[in-house]
Amino acid sequence: MADEIIRLQDVVKTYKMGDHVVKALDHINLIVHSGEFLSITGPSGSGKSTLMNILGCLDLPDDGEYILEGRKVNQLKDNEMAVIRNQKIGFIFQNFNLISNLNALENVELPLIYRGWGAKQRREIALACLEQVGLAGYANHLPNQLSGGQQQRVAIARALAGTPPILLADEPTGALDRRTGKEVMDILEKLNTDGHTIILITHDMEVAQRAKRTVRIVDGRLYAGEEADHGIHHIH
Amino acid sequence: MGFITSIKMALRNIKGNKLRAFLTMLGIIIGVSSVIVLVAIGQGSTRSVTDSINNLGTNLITVNITTTDPPFSLDNINAIKKLNGVKNVSPVVSGRVTLKNNNEDTTEEVNLLGSDPAYKDIRILSVSQGRFISDIDMKFRQKVAVIGSTVAQNLFGNRSPIDQSLLINGDRYTVVGVLASKGGSMGQNIDETVIIPFTTAQRFLNTTYIQQFYAQADSAKRLDFAMLNIERYMAQVFNYDTDNYSVFNQQDVMDTMASVNRTLTLLLGGIASISLIVGGIGIMNIMFVSVTERTKEIGIRKSIGAKRKNILLQFLIEASVLSALGGLIGVGLGIFASELYGMATGTAPSLSLSVIGFVFLFSVAIGVIFGVFPANKAAKLPPIQALRFD
Ligand SMILES: Nc1ncnc2c1ncn2[C@@H]1O[C@H](COP(=O)(O)OP(=O)(O)OP(=O)(O)O)[C@@H](O)[C@H]1O
Ligand SMILES: [Mg+2]
Repeated sequence: MADEIIRLQDVVKTYKMGDHVVKALDHINLIVHSGEFLSITGPSGSGKSTLMNILGCLDLPDDGEYILEGRKVNQLKDNEMAVIRNQKIGFIFQNFNLISNLNALENVELPLIYRGWGAKQRREIALACLEQVGLAGYANHLPNQLSGGQQQRVAIARALAGTPPILLADEPTGALDRRTGKEVMDILEKLNTDGHTIILITHDMEVAQRAKRTVRIVDGRLYAGEEADHGIHHIH
Repeated sequence: MGFITSIKMALRNIKGNKLRAFLTMLGIIIGVSSVIVLVAIGQGSTRSVTDSINNLGTNLITVNITTTDPPFSLDNINAIKKLNGVKNVSPVVSGRVTLKNNNEDTTEEVNLLGSDPAYKDIRILSVSQGRFISDIDMKFRQKVAVIGSTVAQNLFGNRSPIDQSLLINGDRYTVVGVLASKGGSMGQNIDETVIIPFTTAQRFLNTTYIQQFYAQADSAKRLDFAMLNIERYMAQVFNYDTDNYSVFNQQDVMDTMASVNRTLTLLLGGIASISLIVGGIGIMNIMFVSVTERTKEIGIRKSIGAKRKNILLQFLIEASVLSALGGLIGVGLGIFASELYGMATGTAPSLSLSVIGFVFLFSVAIGVIFGVFPANKAAKLPPIQALRFD
């Protein structure tokens, strides 16, 4: 088996809303190896996005440890987290999260801008990434001039631009119809074949099936493989 | 992230919302242009005051005598002429008279000045035709007149006035000279004046004493010294009663006027600067709104790897670009308005490059200073919280 790239140990995240305490993540343990295609499923509000945000270094766990490529994320400074987000992780969101006043090309260039690359080099790579997702002719389009599927493909191109080892996709097909959703999944599958580690959150069992490994979260608890069925049982 | 890229991005954000950008800049535009206009007007008037005082004569001391007891006579004037540091002394007597030319077809009200040959040098006058009052004119109380250029034009038109006769309040005089045009300054217009020998004027106006004379120091350095000597002499004549006379020099008047003007300019500039600061607060306001509106964008940028300093710089540059743009427009508007004011009032506002440069930099600095708070707020947003915002 390939190298371990992600390790979560007893990760806990709780949200307090007044008296109400939500255990969004309840002692999560998870290991992901380089080159894996992992899908995370679970009912709404079970903690999937919370987990993804921690994996993406957008948020920190309250307790437990997150080790990314051997480094303890909890101990990193703000700037170091930013560098990890920039170099190690490509984020794909359900609602695309493109910057509306930048065109497709400029959106894709963003990670490279923050990496401090020159304009010419940025442009070249961003164009190549757009081509990779089949949008070579759309470089000058603003997000609102693109369909949902096209926007999501721009977002994927943006996630790819910095060639991060890990791609995190939080319900990337959630806002798309079945056919465009399938196209997006095709691209992700292809990227996995090319060697990217992909972690995918989805509601859709059909989408989840396309991943090589599936885990399930219910009420902040993670269930792997056959255990996942137990998880479904658990909520009944 | 590159500086140029940041500026381009800021310009795009400004272009994307032109009306709001303009309203944001309005405060800075008004502030910058009013500072420029007010300072230009202030400096222009300082300069014109200085010019017009210099125009009256250099190293000039003016003495006014308010009593006739003891009477001040030409003998006293001659005594003052001999004082140390004094180059020239010239008594004057003045009044309003009616002039008629020899055909008696044109009548004019003008100022009459009775003075002596020294007056020409003291007041830096020059004669364009004929000659000035001479010592012989003084001695024999000749009925001769030297007229200002406007008077010459009005009474004689294009004819030469020399040797023509002239009626001053009905008395016949001969024109011996015409003064070169000099224009008015400080309420005196030599172009609209007729000058006759002092002695003639005394008889004409029926006075025997002198109520005003001008003295000229032999150099700017010796001005105070000459003034002191004159004061000492006057004190002796009038028995140390300083109520009976006053001695002052043009430099003092000029200094006072200039300092009043400077203070006024500073004050006006200062008031206008306050509007610049208010403009800065306007920018801060809009930047705060902008940060809130673009919280999502900040979240996206952070999720892609933007560091705090990238976000900080982005908003800071945006604020600076806004204020610099406002500053530029303000400078343009200020120069335009100053010229307009100059044309409307016939004065020359003095635009100085250093003031314009300073005001422009000040406006940029205001953008940076007032941009810091909102930019810092944006930079410190936690990425996950910013992303969830909509
Ligand atoms: N910022 C927050 N403040 C308070 N509670 C939160 C916050 N974020 C998440 N939660 C709570 O944590 C729990 C897990 O939320 P999370 O967004 O991870 O769910 P999810 O599995 O992604 O759901 P969905 O499938 O609907 O996206 C929910 O109960 C949610 O209400
Ligand atoms: Mg979610």
